[in-house]
Amino acid sequence: MNSSAALPLAHKKKRSYAWIYFLLPSIAVMLVFFIYPILLTFYYSFTNLALTGEAAKELKFIGLDNYVRMFQDPSVRVSIWNTLVFLIGSAVIGQQVLGFVIALLMKHKNRLFRRVIGTIVLAGWVTPEIVCALCLYSFFGDEGTLNAIIGFLGIPDVAWLYTVPMLTVILANIWHGTAFSMLVFQAALDDVPNEIEEAAVVDGASRMQILLRITIPYIKQTITTNMMLVTLQTLGVFGLIYAMTGGGPGTATTTLPIFMYNQAFVNYQLGYGTAISLLLLLLGIVLSLFYIRSMKE
Amino acid sequence: MNGQQRKWVYRILPYAILAVIGLCFLLPLLWVLVASIDPNAMQSLKMPARFTGANYSEVITSQENQRAFAIGLLMSLGQALIVVILSLLAAYPLSRYQLKYKKPFMLTILFMTSLPITAVMVPVYQLFLGLKLYNNVFGVVLFFVASSMPYGIWMIKNFMDSVPNDLEEAAWVDGASVFTGIRKVVAPLMVPGICTVAIFTFSGSWGNFFVPYILLNSPEKFPASLKLYQFFGQYGMADYGQLAAFSVLYALPSVLLYILSQQFMSKGFGLQGGTKG
Repeated sequence: MNSSAALPLAHKKKRSYAWIYFLLPSIAVMLVFFIYPILLTFYYSFTNLALTGEAAKELKFIGLDNYVRMFQDPSVRVSIWNTLVFLIGSAVIGQQVLGFVIALLMKHKNRLFRRVIGTIVLAGWVTPEIVCALCLYSFFGDEGTLNAIIGFLGIPDVAWLYTVPMLTVILANIWHGTAFSMLVFQAALDDVPNEIEEAAVVDGASRMQILLRITIPYIKQTITTNMMLVTLQTLGVFGLIYAMTGGGPGTATTTLPIFMYNQAFVNYQLGYGTAISLLLLLLGIVLSLFYIRSMKE
Repeated sequence: MNGQQRKWVYRILPYAILAVIGLCFLLPLLWVLVASIDPNAMQSLKMPARFTGANYSEVITSQENQRAFAIGLLMSLGQALIVVILSLLAAYPLSRYQLKYKKPFMLTILFMTSLPITAVMVPVYQLFLGLKLYNNVFGVVLFFVASSMPYGIWMIKNFMDSVPNDLEEAAWVDGASVFTGIRKVVAPLMVPGICTVAIFTFSGSWGNFFVPYILLNSPEKFPASLKLYQFFGQYGMADYGQLAAFSVLYALPSVLLYILSQQFMSKGFGLQGGTKG
């Protein structure tokens, strides 16, 4: 017993610092291509970095100018507002609530039926975002499926992508992302012991009471974690909105990632674009810290 | 409404609601599937007068498309392979040794998994210009690797924690080195975990549009995601049928891998694996 326990220890001792070599490659890659860019975000946001004009020749430290500009720029306010609407509409209400409702309704239902509905919802999640954008663009298009359906019912066509552009991108993101929440909640609801709910039924509790007093409190932890994850995923959504509406019409669907892209790569104001990235990054950092805290509890 | 009726409504209602939700999710998807085999595909979903494979054969035989798919595959496979190898190496000491700063390190990793990559793309672009990696397919792979390392390390470490020490120690007694131990004993026992990570990283970069969109600019280097956007974004919706066929082909690897991954994930899906420190 003693000898067999001592052996691996000796084995480890002989190579006590070998582990550094194991970690080195991954740490190096992350440092150069992930952590360094994050630090660069802080630095560049205080510079006049640009791809064209005077600033392209000489990188200058301009202090808080980008931030002053940002706070004065009305389109920044619009983008922040759009980001919030998009986050709450598609992540919090859409994916989270709809995912929960689907998971709840599916519990104890016919297996084949669950399978079919589950697969359809999952298909949207597995589909790459650009394909989602194409599918939903066609669905909401002037001559698209939705107009064909309402035309069949005798309602005149609506230019969905122009009259309610934010709603279309929110629905697109719900279509793309709800499956994640559905899966998470299915797993969580399966963990709720049946006995507790059955006992409540015996005591005469209504379905609503069971849901609000027993089921939801029981999976509270999952709800918090899922909310954070879904919000973080949604915060970075670019391709879906960009391909569907290009941030427009006007600035109607310009969220922070789209605005950042336009400033940095359309107007070539990299410094200013980076200041906006920082705003996005800080939002992400705050949310991530909440997320990690909720995981540790 | 008497009790009997109410009971009946409660039984039917969930099915009705789910069916409506399912239909809403199905329609956009059905369009892409039907349009891809319709010779006269339109923007709206309709029953084709006849079916054709022409859209697919057009897409498949185009050399440009073949190249886009090959580049996409190369990038995603390369990334998945590198991420798995580096994560296995990194996870080993994190799982097996008592390290002083393990906890803060793992928390940093967890923190990094959740940061939106979108937020760092502008500085990454600038960095790539500086490093002469801009418009370089391998450069894109490097960035993909870096951005999925945190997830890879986190997952592989958790999977490795559940592989018992005993077998590995037995191999050491037989004279195996740490490396051989990982390769011959630990890795084979973690096949489900390795496949999960490989599939997720593959799908992540295969489906990603923003990263190559920022870091590449010559059309001949575009992976499938960018090619599709090029068709659909810049040239208008010229040919719905081909566009749909391209989309279906492009989505196929993600779908197949997802189905495959279901076999590897023993407990379906859940967040409980993440709570292990």
